Amino acid sequence: MSKILIIADHDGSNLNAATAKCVACANQIAGAEIHVAIFAEDGSAVAAQASALDAVSKVLKVDNPANKSPLAAVIAPQVTAIAAGYTHVFGASTTFGKDLMPRVAALLGVNQISDLMEVVDAHTFKRPIYAGNAIVTVESPADQITVATVRTASFTASGQGGSATIEFAAVTAAIPTHTRYIELKAGKSDRPDLQTASTVVSGGRALGSAEKFQLIYDLADALGAGVGASRAAVDAGYVPNELQVGQTGKIIAPELYIAIGISGAIQHITGIKDAGTIVAINKDEDAPIFEIADIGLVGDLFSVVPELQAALK
Amino acid sequence: MDKILVGLKRVVDYNVRVRVKSDGSGVDIEGAKMSINPFDEIALEEALRIKERGEASEVIVVSIGPSEAQQQLRTGLAMGADRAILIETGETIDALTGAKILLEVVKKESPDLVIVGKQAIDNDNNQTAQMLAALWDRPQATFASKVEFSDGVAKVTREVDVGLETIEIDLPAVISADLRLNEPRYVKLPDIMKAKKKPLEQIPVADLGIEIGEQIKEVKFEAPAQRQKGIVVQDVAGLVAALKDKGLL
Ligand SMILES: Cc1cc2nc3c(=O)[nH]c(=O)nc-3n(C[C@H](O)[C@H](O)[C@H](O)COP(=O)(O)OP(=O)(O)OC[C@H]3O[C@@H](n4cnc5c(N)ncnc54)[C@H](O)[C@@H]3O)c2cc1C
Ligand SMILES: Nc1ncnc2c1ncn2[C@@H]1O[C@H](COP(=O)(O)O)[C@@H](O)[C@H]1O
Repeated sequence: MSKILIIADHDGSNLNAATAKCVACANQIAGAEIHVAIFAEDGSAVAAQASALDAVSKVLKVDNPANKSPLAAVIAPQVTAIAAGYTHVFGASTTFGKDLMPRVAALLGVNQISDLMEVVDAHTFKRPIYAGNAIVTVESPADQITVATVRTASFTASGQGGSATIEFAAVTAAIPTHTRYIELKAGKSDRPDLQTASTVVSGGRALGSAEKFQLIYDLADALGAGVGASRAAVDAGYVPNELQVGQTGKIIAPELYIAIGISGAIQHITGIKDAGTIVAINKDEDAPIFEIADIGLVGDLFSVVPELQAALK
Repeated sequence: MDKILVGLKRVVDYNVRVRVKSDGSGVDIEGAKMSINPFDEIALEEALRIKERGEASEVIVVSIGPSEAQQQLRTGLAMGADRAILIETGETIDALTGAKILLEVVKKESPDLVIVGKQAIDNDNNQTAQMLAALWDRPQATFASKVEFSDGVAKVTREVDVGLETIEIDLPAVISADLRLNEPRYVKLPDIMKAKKKPLEQIPVADLGIEIGEQIKEVKFEAPAQRQKGIVVQDVAGLVAALKDKGLL
């Protein structure tokens, strides 16, 4: 039988929605017993949220002042210490999970399955490679612990009708002091979160400047949407890095994705493949984005977007 | 700081659209253009800048791969690395084995800093930096977009989901480079000539005494589900109508 440990992603007070998707993934393994571990200074609030997730039977709270900040070097040895007895250890493919889980895997002496996108059975999974140009089925040895990060865009979050028991877990592990947290500069925004928004409006290089990118923000606000961007728009400094969508940015699955002035490079497309409906607005009718768009509109964004904005009023 | 070690992986160029073989046994990369993994160029550029600022004395590029990976190492030497090491193997190696091999090189060279790319764009693993740091029992700073040094400590800004995080790590340590760390330089023709004379050491992987085997087996390859090309609307009114049609407005 599978016994799965999921490492919660949180900010100290709120459980990241990615963790609920991770639970949904684990729950696709038949008969799995699912536990969620919370590494925090005081994980009470997060534990309460995790205990409400369907399919979770136990929440382990690992409170320690050293766990105040999400440092992989600090948390990995503690995960390793409680991993014994589990068949699988999963984390979300968030920057926290991507940073932490391979360190855990190496300490456990195993490889990691990155970006797990489909469960075939307890030891057989699918994952994307080559920027999503190929999907590979992998088999992890049944006599080893399976460590994986879960591609959250591939799973629908677990429901919230659960009531798992919450336990305090005492962990003995040597915690290094060679890695110290200084600060987090988080982009402040009242807009829906890019990773969970049902509608996302993204802008590309065509916007031309940070000032003109306001067009994208305005349209997003009219739609109650989150905002994303291509790498070119981020590199050019129109928007901060956390808005990048794609192979090396965020992988998202909104119901509606509107790409404006984005050419549709494979590295961008790989981040939006799971969107419900893709709309593309681009002045070049041969732009590759039109090959995958459900609704295409050929036109100059500087006239189309204000017009669309007006039409939404 | 004395030495910086940089990982350079030979991968299919990012412009090549790879396809899955019809029998599902792998991806067809026969004859495809091969390049340095883009993130590794950024890693090397950072190492070179650190050296050029006078904060390091030697930059060593390391690749694990087939004999042909010498090409990528030569390019790395032409960019400005001082010497190169090729750990030669014809087999695909998984991330943990790769990290173990790099650890052997680390033991031999005792670098103060290892910089690798955040991910190899072929397997998209994003694991090597973290695994090497774990096996070496040293700090890691992944997804770096800014690095500064003072007194044996590196201050690293990392690109995380919610913004930019800054951490401080004691050296020696492992850093993985994200896209916005820097913009790599172009290689100039005279440098390519000069690079031919720089030392490139070839070590058969067998000499390291590390077992090479696939823990996680890749059993089948398939093409991703394709999205279909949809409709093209003529104007904004058409777009609004189409969205309403789908119940999205
Ligand atoms: C290793 C690696 C990783 C990468 N990761 C990512 C990633 O995660 N995400 C990502 O997005 N990219 C990524 N890229 C970059 C990617 O290859 C493309 O360069 C990038 O996506 C292009 O951004 P863009 O579409 O905004 O710009 P461009 O390709 O320059 O496209 C601009 C588009 O705007 C259109 N346009 C211009 N003016 C107007 C106008 N007035 N009205 C309407 N349309 C107009 C043009 O026709 C064009 O199609 C990566 C690249 C590499 C090498
Ligand atoms: N075969 C290799 N040779 C040299 N460096 C490698 C190799 N494999 C991985 N690396 C380094 O590790 C980084 C991350 O790779 P990965 O964990 O496979 O995504 C790459 O960007 C390289 O810098």
